[in-house]
Amino acid sequence: MAMPSDLSLHASSAASQRVVCDHCGLPVPVGLVEPDAPRQFCCGGCRAAYETIHACGLESYYRLRAAESDSQGRSAAGDGSHYTAFDSPTFAELYVTPVSGGLCRTQLALEGVTCGACVWLVEKLPRVATGVVEARLSLRDATVTVVWDPTRTTLSAIARTLDRLGYRSHPARGISRRELHRREERGRLVHLGVAGAIMGNTMLLGLAMYAGMFGNMEREYSTLFRWLSAILGTISLAWPGMVFFRSALSALRLRSVNLDVPIALALLVGGVAGIVNVVRGQGEIYFDSLTVLIFLLLVGRWLQFRQQRRADESLELLFSMMPTTCRIVRGDAVVESPIEALRTGDLVEVRPGELFPADGVVEVGQSSVRQALLSGESAPVQVAPGGQVFGGTQNVGSEVRVRIRDVGADTRIGRLMRLVDQGLSDKPQAVRLADRLGFWFVIVVSLASIGVFIAWARHDVSWAIENTVALLIVTCPCVLGLAAPLTLAVAMGRLARRQILVKSGTVIELLARAGRSILDKTGTITHGEMRVIHWRGDDRYKPIVAAVERLSSHPVARAITELENLEGAGAANAAQPSRPCPPEGHGQDARAATAPVVDRKTVIERGDGGIAATVDGRSVRIGSRTFMERQGIELSSDDGGDARLTRVFVAVDGAAVATILLGDDVRPDSAAAIAALRRMGWRPSILSGDAQAVVDDVAARIGVPACDAIGEVTPEAKLERVRERCDGQVTVMVGDGVNDAAALAAADVGIAVQGGAEASLAAADVYIARPGLGAIVELISTSRRTMRVLRRALLVSLAYNLLAGGLAAAGMMSPLLAAVLMPVSSATVLSTIVASMSRSSEAPTWK
Amino acid sequence: MEVIYIVLPLAVIMAGIAVFAFLWAVRKGQYDDLDTPPHRILHDDELP
Repeated sequence: MAMPSDLSLHASSAASQRVVCDHCGLPVPVGLVEPDAPRQFCCGGCRAAYETIHACGLESYYRLRAAESDSQGRSAAGDGSHYTAFDSPTFAELYVTPVSGGLCRTQLALEGVTCGACVWLVEKLPRVATGVVEARLSLRDATVTVVWDPTRTTLSAIARTLDRLGYRSHPARGISRRELHRREERGRLVHLGVAGAIMGNTMLLGLAMYAGMFGNMEREYSTLFRWLSAILGTISLAWPGMVFFRSALSALRLRSVNLDVPIALALLVGGVAGIVNVVRGQGEIYFDSLTVLIFLLLVGRWLQFRQQRRADESLELLFSMMPTTCRIVRGDAVVESPIEALRTGDLVEVRPGELFPADGVVEVGQSSVRQALLSGESAPVQVAPGGQVFGGTQNVGSEVRVRIRDVGADTRIGRLMRLVDQGLSDKPQAVRLADRLGFWFVIVVSLASIGVFIAWARHDVSWAIENTVALLIVTCPCVLGLAAPLTLAVAMGRLARRQILVKSGTVIELLARAGRSILDKTGTITHGEMRVIHWRGDDRYKPIVAAVERLSSHPVARAITELENLEGAGAANAAQPSRPCPPEGHGQDARAATAPVVDRKTVIERGDGGIAATVDGRSVRIGSRTFMERQGIELSSDDGGDARLTRVFVAVDGAAVATILLGDDVRPDSAAAIAALRRMGWRPSILSGDAQAVVDDVAARIGVPACDAIGEVTPEAKLERVRERCDGQVTVMVGDGVNDAAALAAADVGIAVQGGAEASLAAADVYIARPGLGAIVELISTSRRTMRVLRRALLVSLAYNLLAGGLAAAGMMSPLLAAVLMPVSSATVLSTIVASMSRSSEAPTWK
Repeated sequence: MEVIYIVLPLAVIMAGIAVFAFLWAVRKGQYDDLDTPPHRILHDDELP
């Protein structure tokens, strides 16, 4: 069959010119570029946001944003939702606080907040929306605090305004936890400030006294200085320093030893000896060294705490982004309400692309459901009236109405969450390197001090006490206590910038070792969604197919629109923005010159998996085998391709011309990542809920031996597998689904990957906000580098301790020498850490 | 050198005042968000 020339392909010109969206700065899909228009938009949402911003006279936003050096493309745009659930009493009860003057206040988590220009735009809200009294945006957690007058406006109207400006809003969840964090951070900051102020003043007094040692200080003044040092030092020990005593005590009570035990010992001995000597009026006092010690240790801990809090809050923000509303059908009306208001027996409406809010039975409509997050199965499942659907799965077909059977903890997700709790409770506590060292420290230091005391006591008991005290203080593992949290904080901060959020420093220590890494298949090794793998037929039909499929919202159709970017096999993986853009009418006419014109009136989308349209006067049919057979189009029975792939057929003027093969393809970097993991001493294996045949295929392609690739695994079985521990081996679980959550919680290190379900985020120790296994390799190699740096720092500090301890044991440690050695050793160790961490950041990544 | 009996307590009292000011600032939440205000102060100039 001949092709008219105007239908010839233009796809090759697609990549050459990149048009950038005027609102979000992302590339505009080829099909939506309007050659003559002054402004270009990548989707309707961006167009609406741009127009609203201009209509409100807020154009300065774009100027401000251009001035921000770190401003990146902002992908999120409003989705035109109505937010009516925000006005319901249940919502008000959960999230809204009344404030004085009859006003209301709430916090909304915003999507798409990227830079300082967003602060400016969002805080102009009182000018744009009537009734809003105040809007304050916090860049750190992307939450806006809105105060409004309920008599003049509603929260849903405010949310709609934000939506039109391009920020999708969600109720900010986890406020109480955040409040708890905030209080703890303030407490730590107070300790830090007090310890710092006391350190400064005690050092000044100490300096005067050291100067007095060489000159002639009158005794009455030196007594005054000593008393003042003692008072300040005691305050520092009893207030900020109390943390170490408390931690050491609780460790001792559990009959274990952590690093705080030797620290507390040194603080206690130094403090008591100092006070005794001040009262006696002779002997050394060590308050200057002790206050420096307390301050430095607190600095390290504060930095690590801040990094952990940052990771925690970013995750909470993700929780807030999860859908919290559903549409309940009451009589003829459909009411949008918070999920908390859902009861058994309610009828809910679920649109394509939405998640089912709870478990139930389909009453009206038929659709397909993506259960990948719940079961690990990659292919969508068909449901019809009477069919069961589960909360947390995604409706990808057409609109359905579901009668709710179970809500909350009774749903399948709720039952899985109980497994998560179980997994968390029997997670083994990893002993941190610093604490392990603390154990040896206590033994060595106590033996040494006993030896020193006995050796000197034969000559002079008071001289023996002096030397023993000096030994105990100078061997205090201050640098050790500072090096570990600081190195881990630097590593966590660096990883966070690479979109890898680490919840605790222990993870980094564990990942630096070797062991088993268990990977989930769907969404981790593979994309987790349908993609075009092969195109069999004439390339000239690609633009036509893409043009027709752009008019459909079916997920398979969305995958096929990427076809134009598919140049040769495998190129689909590199296809640029996969974000689904709603088909917009405005793009159609402008494409006339180059693209095939679809006569929109002729488009018929059928529920049975097909679409029919007339393109440039030719009848085009695209659909499944059953659809084609029903249309009376003959297809060859076997195309020799992989039987597991989904097929879509293309017919023009009643004759089959092409076959598209789709599947959940392996990510391009998976094989390389698996090889890298193996090089670093890890044994990768696959555990998946998907069919064994599919798992075997994927395993073969990425180089995992068949014995380590296990399919058809239930969540319970995954948990069992993770629990089978080998001695001294670290078990790492990587997954994204609810079905992985229990295993993630029970593993030594659970890593949740992008697009994961809420349950898996809550259970994991690490969240990777970037697709692909490459990030996991990066995480492990960073961990190894970090621990190398840390070990080197510990060696240096150990050498200092040996030197200082030897001097003290020999009776040659004067307080002045101690006061000089301590900061110098801290400074060397810290500069080693900072230097090697910044060097390692320049090192090439694993690729 | 008797002046030290006045100057030293004075210095300690001044340090104490600074510490109390710091505590007040922390409890007022001045250190809670360190990322947004640097942007905000630049934008206020934009107001008509």
